[in-house]
Amino acid sequence: MLTKRIIPCLDIKDGRTVKGINFVNLRDAGDPVELATRYTQEGADELVFLDISATEQKRKTLAALVLRVAKALDIPFTVGGGISSVSDARLLLLNGADKVSINSAAVKRPELINELAAAFGNQCVVVAVDAKQIEGEWIVHLVGGKVPTKIDLFDWVKEVEMRGAGEILFTSMDHDGTKNGFANEALAKISNSINIPIIASGGAGEIQHFIDTFTEGKADAALAASVFHFGEISIPALKNQLIKEKIAIRPA
Amino acid sequence: MKTVIIDYGAGNVKSLQFALERLGVAALLTKVPEEILAADKIIFPGQGEAKSAMTKLKENELDLLLKDLKQPVLGICLGMQLFCSHSQEGDTEGLGIVSSEVVRFPLTVKVPQMGWNLVQHNQDGLFDGISKESYMYLVHSYYVPLINETIARSEYSTLYSVAIQKNNYYGVQFHPEKSGKPGSRLLENFLKL
Repeated sequence: MLTKRIIPCLDIKDGRTVKGINFVNLRDAGDPVELATRYTQEGADELVFLDISATEQKRKTLAALVLRVAKALDIPFTVGGGISSVSDARLLLLNGADKVSINSAAVKRPELINELAAAFGNQCVVVAVDAKQIEGEWIVHLVGGKVPTKIDLFDWVKEVEMRGAGEILFTSMDHDGTKNGFANEALAKISNSINIPIIASGGAGEIQHFIDTFTEGKADAALAASVFHFGEISIPALKNQLIKEKIAIRPA
Repeated sequence: MKTVIIDYGAGNVKSLQFALERLGVAALLTKVPEEILAADKIIFPGQGEAKSAMTKLKENELDLLLKDLKQPVLGICLGMQLFCSHSQEGDTEGLGIVSSEVVRFPLTVKVPQMGWNLVQHNQDGLFDGISKESYMYLVHSYYVPLINETIARSEYSTLYSVAIQKNNYYGVQFHPEKSGKPGSRLLENFLKL
C-alpha cells in the first residue's frame, strides 16, 4: 500500500536554515545539510527546502546548496522559492533536486506549469497554493499569503492539475502558525476534486493533527516546520502513533 | 570494475551518480557505444515520457546496442518500462527485451503514484539482504503488470511489477537512489552481480 508521507520543511536564507532550531547534537544548527541528514535518519519521507532570500547571489547559492543536499541525501527533496522560469528550474534539477515548487509565478503566468511539465515531466512540478477564507470563500493569495487575488482556490487547483502539475502543496493561511490543526475540510474538498497527490501544510501542532489530516483531510502527505525544528514532535514518535492508528506509514 | 550510466538526456542522473559515489563507485555518464560495451555494469536510467525517451535513444543509435548487451544491465523507472515491448504512454514501441505491455494506472487512484510503497520480492541476487517486505520510493503513472519475469511486486489499484529480470537484464520501477538504506543496498547488490 502506498504510504502517507511526512515532510519536514526547511526555510533557507542565503544558504542557511532560518527560524529557530532547537536541536541538540547538531554541530551547526544553521547548516541545512546537517539538519536534512538528521531528519532523513529519523524517518522523514521527503524534504522541502524553501528559499526565502532575496539577494542577487540567490540562484548560485541555492544551486550550490542543492548540490550538497543531493550528495548527502538518499530520499527525495523539493526546492522552492522564487522559481519563475524553465531555466530557473533546470539549474536546480540539474544540481540534483527531485522536484521544484512554484507558487506566485504560477498564478502570475499559469503557462509556466505547462512549460515545466513539458520540459521535465509532471512528476517534477509541485504547485504550492496559499489560500485563506474571505467572507466564506477560499481565495488564493500571493507573496507568502500577503496579497489576495480574485482566484477561487477550488477552481485554481483544477486548473493547476489540468496544466500538468504532478502534485499540489496547499497551505491554509488561516491555519498556518496556529498549531490548531490543518484545514481538513478544504483539503478533503480539493482531494476529492483532483486526481494528483496533495500535501497538507499549515497548522500542525500535535500528533492528532496529522491523524486528522490523513483521515478527514484525505491528504497524501503532511508538511510541517516548527513542530519538528523545535523538537515538539519527533518523527519516530509521530510515525509510531500513526501506525497505531492504522494509517499507512513507512516505519521510521 | 567499470560502471556506466547511459546518457541519453532522460532526466536528472545526478542523484544516481551520488548514490553510487556513496558506495565508492565513480560511474561514467556516457552515450559512446564503445564505452558502454566495455563496461562491467550498465545502468539505464529514465525519467519523463516514454515516446521522447525512445526517440532520444534512437537518435543516439543506442536502441539496438541496448538490446544486445551481455553484462548486467539495470533499468530504473522509465528505463525498466522501456525494456518492455510496448507502452501505452504515447503508443510507444519499447526495446522488446521483455514481452509485456506498459499500462496506465486507472482513474480510481491518484496519478502519478508518488511516495513510498511496500515492495515484496522473491529474489536473493538483486535483493540480497533486503527484507522480503521493504519500502521503496516510486514516482510513476504507468506500470508493468505481473509477468513471468516479475521478481518483486507492489500494489497500487492492482498488484504489479516493481522489479523484473530476464537473463542479464534487471529492471526496477522504484528509485533505488532515493529509497534510503534498502535502495542503497540494491545498488550495491547490482554492482556485485
